Amino acid sequence: MIIATNVSKQFGKLKVLDNISVNCNKGECIALIGPNGSGKTTFIKSILGMVVPDSGFITFNGKNIIHDWVYRQHIGYMPQIGRYPENMTIGQVIDMMKDIRHNSTTVLDTDLIEAFNLDKLMQKRMRTLSGGTRQKVSASLAFLFNPDVLILDEPTAGLDPVASEILKDKIIAEKKKGKLVLITSHILSELDDLVTHVIYMNEGKLQFHKSIEKVRTDTGEEKLSKAIASIMSK
Amino acid sequence: MQKILKYVVVDILRSRIVLAYTLFLLLISFSIFNLEDNPEKGLLSLLNLILFIVPLISIIFSTIYFYNSSEFIELMVSQPIKRKSIWLSLFGGLAVSLGVAFFVGAGIPILIYQPNITGFLMIIAGLFLSVIFIAIALLSSVITRDKAKGIGIAILLWLYFAVIFDGLVLFLLFQFADYPLEKVMVGISSLNPIDLSRILILLQLDVSALMGYTGAVFKDFFGTATGITISFSVLILWIVIPVFLSLRKFKSKDL
Repeated sequence: MIIATNVSKQFGKLKVLDNISVNCNKGECIALIGPNGSGKTTFIKSILGMVVPDSGFITFNGKNIIHDWVYRQHIGYMPQIGRYPENMTIGQVIDMMKDIRHNSTTVLDTDLIEAFNLDKLMQKRMRTLSGGTRQKVSASLAFLFNPDVLILDEPTAGLDPVASEILKDKIIAEKKKGKLVLITSHILSELDDLVTHVIYMNEGKLQFHKSIEKVRTDTGEEKLSKAIASIMSK
Repeated sequence: MQKILKYVVVDILRSRIVLAYTLFLLLISFSIFNLEDNPEKGLLSLLNLILFIVPLISIIFSTIYFYNSSEFIELMVSQPIKRKSIWLSLFGGLAVSLGVAFFVGAGIPILIYQPNITGFLMIIAGLFLSVIFIAIALLSSVITRDKAKGIGIAILLWLYFAVIFDGLVLFLLFQFADYPLEKVMVGISSLNPIDLSRILILLQLDVSALMGYTGAVFKDFFGTATGITISFSVLILWIVIPVFLSLRKFKSKDL
């Protein structure tokens, strides 16, 4: 579904992405793992077209994404730090996104808005929100338009245990519908029952892209966190 | 595109700065026309004020607005929307709001006190200046990432067009006083939209008689229909080129 071929990106002298080639298919749930500054977010942003790679190309359903924009209607993106117009209320932001993205063919998925009880906070302005509530808004918006691909950048960072459990259940439910889920997280323990594949990045390079069973057999560890730790210590 | 334009305009109107700008323009226009007994003199005083204030407000407001809406831009870029429509909506939203503000604040008083070709030309020039300086502001702010630096550059650009450019021209004139520079001056004036608008309007007023031989050459060029057409084409270029360059830059900008 998403194929990245030799994608490189440089910010000044720093090579953030170095010849990344990845193939992501429908129904997979892929964990993007790597130390801070390993280029995970930049890679995600280049899939979304927010960062334009210096070389290499990315295709979505067989079409090159450069100068294309229609493909983004199949993607729900939850950014690491949700940035929204500060003097709009939650309700206005959600209405605006509906107004811009909604068409007759998509069925709105308001599960998360209800599960997070955002209905009661609709009148609150974005600037007054706590980090966790902001994350809830980001998550609700990512799932709202029933996209085929979900890209979640640190989805549970800042969420309370109840909310992050709700979000996890939602991700599992969407995965079962055959959607592609790309997820980055540092909390490896919560990825255990979610992911089917692991992409490990370090200093802008792709270290490996394996299925989780393969990672487990290769390292002899059952838990993902232990498996990754044993890889990192090598 | 219209949807985003709508959100941009609503957002600009909500900040009330544009409303204050309109009231301010209304206040100075009416007081100037009421202070001067001769409306043509009033128009001249108003011209000098407008040539100073309109570019200043347009460039500073647009620059600050661009940096303040970075969240909005970031949100929109990750959605299925063309970058071109985001950028043109931002430009259009600013142009519509500041254009309407100028028309209400200065255009209506001018139409009341000076409903003739000069007044009309002044309204057109004011609208052009508003849009030109929005375009310049967007170009300078899309290039600079830092907000403080961006606003600094905007102020410097305004200073250049409003003050420094004239100084340079005067310096040039004195240095080359022995040479016939009148025709060259016509060309040089097109390098500054403020000067171009000033000359266009001054030539419609009787004071142009005081401008000596240069004034005569100017009148020869800017007084004719071709001259006016060419000068307005130059003003349009002052909009199109910055918008085009900034759009190209924005399309490949990393957010």
